[in-house]
Amino acid sequence: MADFDSELDASGLNCPLPILRAKKALAAMESGKVLHIIATDPGAIKDFEAFSKQTGNELMESREEGGKFYFLIKKG
Amino acid sequence: MSEKKLAIIATKGTLDWAYPPLILGSTAAALGYEVEIFFTFYGLQILKKDLDLKMSSLGNPAMPMPMPVPVLAQALPGMEAAMTSMMKAKMQKKGVASIEELRELCIEAEVKMIACQMTVDLFEFKPSELLDNVEYGGAATFFEFAGESDVNLYM
Repeated sequence: MADFDSELDASGLNCPLPILRAKKALAAMESGKVLHIIATDPGAIKDFEAFSKQTGNELMESREEGGKFYFLIKKG
Repeated sequence: MSEKKLAIIATKGTLDWAYPPLILGSTAAALGYEVEIFFTFYGLQILKKDLDLKMSSLGNPAMPMPMPVPVLAQALPGMEAAMTSMMKAKMQKKGVASIEELRELCIEAEVKMIACQMTVDLFEFKPSELLDNVEYGGAATFFEFAGESDVNLYM
């Protein structure tokens, strides 16, 4: 797994909270830094793709493991 | 990236219908949209400092119920309160944000909230009952923003 600079555990949270928390976490980070997000909402897979496309923050990784979803987003 | 704009009209004040404008408003703001929500008629309930939103299965036949309840029984005293607490408990269990939380997130994200002056007067709401950062305006105020918005939604 790639390195990251900050981590956000959005486990147990449902739409739209993982996206809103991620947005807030990214706002506090510098450009080029990487945020690691853990979520359990299955809707988060498509939502983080859409978030990334619309906000210009690169979705570097999106994977599922043991019923959880992990994302790496690089701040644009 | 030029900023997109979203305009929403929120007309309903039940617990279930308070969600769509706040979810879409807060999410659009997170995606970089400038957002304005115009609250009118029962939608004004969402702006009250002391939220007391309720919902009912009555007149809401699509609401999934743990067991079938005859329509007349749904009108009995206490049923509305029971439905409301059932829904709140279910939402909490599923990690769905509360209306209070979503509203706070909208405020943080600088979603502009306009209370319809006409219906504020009609229902005799006092500005002190509504959130402090609410602005007041009419139909023309809405169109000033809606006319240049990319997305307009009526709820």
